[in-house]
Amino acid sequence: MSAIFILAGLPGDHRVLQPAGPQGANIEWLYWVVFWILLVVYVLVVLGFTHAGKRAYTPARGILPIIKDRSGDRRAAWVVGIAVTLTVLTLFAVLFMTVITGKKVEGLTSKNPITIQVIGHQWWWEVIYPNSQPDQTVTTANEIHLPVGKPVVILTNSADVIHSFWAPNVNGKRDLLPGYSSAFWMQVDQPGTYHGQCAEFCGLQHAHMGFSIVAESEDQFRAWKEQQLKPAPEPSSPGAGHGREVFLTHACVMCHTIRGTDAGSRMGPDLTHLASRNMIAAETLPNTRGALAGWIIDPQRIKPGNHMAPNLLEPGDLEDLLTYLETLQ
Amino acid sequence: MAISEPIIAAPAHRDQQLSRTWGQPPGFWGWFKNVHHTAIGIRYMVTSFIFFLLGGVLAGILRWQLARPENNAVGPDLYNQIFTVHGSTMIFLFAVPMMFQGFGVYLVPLICGARNIAFPRLNAFSYYIYLVGGLLLWGGLLLNTGADAGWFSYVPLSGPEFTAGKRSDIWAQMITFTEVSALAVAICIATTILRHRAPGMTLNRMPIILWEKLTIAIAVIFAMPAVMVVSSMLLMDRTINTQFFNPSVGGDVLLYQHLFWFFGHPEVYIIFLPGTAIISTLVPVFSRRHIFGYVPIVTSVVATGFLGFSVWVHHMFATGLPQMSESFFTAASLMIVIPTATQFYCWMATIWHGRLQFKLPMLWVFGFFFVFLIGGLSGVMLASVPLDWQVHDTFFIVAHFHYVLIGGALFPMFAGLYFWIPKFTGRMMDDHLGRIHFWLFFVGFNLTFFTMHFLGLRGMPRRVYTYTPEMHWGTLNLLSSVGVLFMTAGVLVFLVNFFRSKRYGKLAGADPWGAGTLEWATSSPPPAYNFLELPTVNGREALWDAEPNQPIVGGIREDIPEMLVTNSLDSEPQYKEEMPGPSIWPFLTSIAVSIAFIWSIFSPWGIAYGAIPVTIALIGWLWPRGKSPTPRYDNPRMEKSWNG
Repeated sequence: MSAIFILAGLPGDHRVLQPAGPQGANIEWLYWVVFWILLVVYVLVVLGFTHAGKRAYTPARGILPIIKDRSGDRRAAWVVGIAVTLTVLTLFAVLFMTVITGKKVEGLTSKNPITIQVIGHQWWWEVIYPNSQPDQTVTTANEIHLPVGKPVVILTNSADVIHSFWAPNVNGKRDLLPGYSSAFWMQVDQPGTYHGQCAEFCGLQHAHMGFSIVAESEDQFRAWKEQQLKPAPEPSSPGAGHGREVFLTHACVMCHTIRGTDAGSRMGPDLTHLASRNMIAAETLPNTRGALAGWIIDPQRIKPGNHMAPNLLEPGDLEDLLTYLETLQ
Repeated sequence: MAISEPIIAAPAHRDQQLSRTWGQPPGFWGWFKNVHHTAIGIRYMVTSFIFFLLGGVLAGILRWQLARPENNAVGPDLYNQIFTVHGSTMIFLFAVPMMFQGFGVYLVPLICGARNIAFPRLNAFSYYIYLVGGLLLWGGLLLNTGADAGWFSYVPLSGPEFTAGKRSDIWAQMITFTEVSALAVAICIATTILRHRAPGMTLNRMPIILWEKLTIAIAVIFAMPAVMVVSSMLLMDRTINTQFFNPSVGGDVLLYQHLFWFFGHPEVYIIFLPGTAIISTLVPVFSRRHIFGYVPIVTSVVATGFLGFSVWVHHMFATGLPQMSESFFTAASLMIVIPTATQFYCWMATIWHGRLQFKLPMLWVFGFFFVFLIGGLSGVMLASVPLDWQVHDTFFIVAHFHYVLIGGALFPMFAGLYFWIPKFTGRMMDDHLGRIHFWLFFVGFNLTFFTMHFLGLRGMPRRVYTYTPEMHWGTLNLLSSVGVLFMTAGVLVFLVNFFRSKRYGKLAGADPWGAGTLEWATSSPPPAYNFLELPTVNGREALWDAEPNQPIVGGIREDIPEMLVTNSLDSEPQYKEEMPGPSIWPFLTSIAVSIAFIWSIFSPWGIAYGAIPVTIALIGWLWPRGKSPTPRYDNPRMEKSWNG
């Protein structure tokens, strides 16, 4: 038992039992209620078998004769009957709490919610803040910003296979099914960055399909959104200018968008504000100059099987490309 | 006890006559002609145990890769093949073939008091089909064409667009092979139970293990077609461009999941019910009394079989179905706890009011109680929709279903093997080694799988080939991997014990445990004809309840393989039937069918051209050879035996 508590105390705060919002908290409450009920049941049944075994244990080398005496069976029938009744009542209690909690988790609504569209790709997340005016629509990848304390509605879809959207601290998971659009709600109350990961097996790089939820104050969120709406800035130095040339004349432009330039493909993540993100490659590497260089040159070494091809750039070209990408705040 | 005595002291001339009639041909080709259920049952058990060992090796590689963060033992491509083949092997090539087919084919006719299984050639055919299916899957893995889309191969990942090559086709066709095999055995076992029970073994006296085998057989007959349909649809999507599962042209990815889990959840009970069957058989034997609550247990078994078909959606709670319909499946999933709980209480009462002899098989039975219960209770959590949203597809689930499947099938399997190996081989297993095996396995199992609960709650998804150190999953994963060493050691001890016992073990005799069912009324191992004197039954435990002058069945011819057919309810003798003898045709047919199935992976014409040899083989199989002259409708007599 003590081992269990030692294990429970291991570091790491990416946990189901450390909720950051009302839905996570409701589920955590249900978890602990059901956990204690089941623990009591387990202890009782184990004690029952241990006691029955001790009581009936008869040391003998040979084979004992068959007991024909049935006098105990009447009482046993009563005990078993009561035990089954208690089991049924316990299950009803669990069912009741399940339905109540389910309603609470699903029942989160708001008149004027922020809508975020999440589209699963092999192996990254496209994140869109839709707006009826195209120039007011934010498109980013793998990093979801939202204001604390506000219900947010997530519209799900998938571009290829089934993925599953899961940030354990916030809410349970939801599958992203190709051909099905669905919606679910979530809300984060504690400011902070929460990790999430694809939970449905989706092929070679299922392990490296993370995302993060950045919960921040209303003002910070608005500022972030304002920044994301802007097109990419014009390069301010000759190096960055050459970097943009490299981007637009090499394979990069085949898959990525940088708004404000001619790059407009939506095969891969939108890079207009790449430098504003904390991580790259779906939460696989930190967004540093070195990591970005490694990723651009040989993404197949870092995420074998992913859909980005290696780029054999001249050292100077690479340096300038990195300089340009670092300006995409 | 009464009827066992004259059977062992077989009059020599009748023994010779019956051995000639029921004996199987010797030699190399004889092996392929053999249609006796004891031989086929042993083959199922040995083959599926070998697949269990192979699947275990794969599990070891998985745990090796996950033992530390960013490990490089295997890459993602190989890892995906390994976990897919591990899961598929353990479910389709080990658990069902061992628990249902292996134990069932060997034991059911003996417990019924019959000389062979119904449709013995179909039964033999089923084994070869199963074997080819297993070799196909493993051949694929060894040629780097191993299935790699998970043991349930969800579309569209397993579809033509996302899995190139032949990997998913091999998986889909392996499913067809193993399910054809399970269906064939289900028909053989259900017919044997319903039509070949010894006179006197009315439904109300049928041993619980037969009730379970019957329930499972019926569940197989209803569940397997769903998965055969879905794997065939997947295969057609991949080979002849049907679009069942392609959402861009109106196909449906959820349809696959519904069909798969409509099979997949009953499958869990097809694996688990044989486990409880073994428990319900062993508990009375080692408590030295009849089981308490025969009627509630039988009702529970049948209810589990039915309810098993109404819970499949709990595998799909995260797909976003409406809350109302999910609540219905929560209720159904919770309801299925009731029959299992009832059985637990009845076993407890049986032990409580018995005289417990804590022999080796009983140690495993108690292991089952303590281990399976954890899986059963965590299953209550999974039935609860909001909790399932959190732990679905995480290591919590991995922990849960290993507790259910290893707890509910593997612990009973070892209990059953220690119990029945003396019957299979005629020699006892070593008690001391058996206990070492238990403790190594018990400690290793809990170390490996209990830690996975924590990993799941800490957000580790299933089927990831690696993870970063920042997730802090390393310590728990290392502990989990260390457990594998203990389990491996345990299984090695079992193997040593088995091979030692086969050579040097103490002779078992007909009935080393003082058990009550009919398989103990004949010598160990049973002769080619199973029973010299065909028994009749006077109570739920045939041997314990036998009268001192319990009648035996007479009037069955011994110069031809003739069996008694009784009616389903009261087991009254109705007529006699001449059983098919050894034949090479089931083997040849299985080869023809295998050619068609495997060819169809590469070309749709495989089915068309492959049908020709199948037809030829079936004509050969079914060619009328004429019956031995035997009066069909005369009632066999029951003779009073002179005891001694």
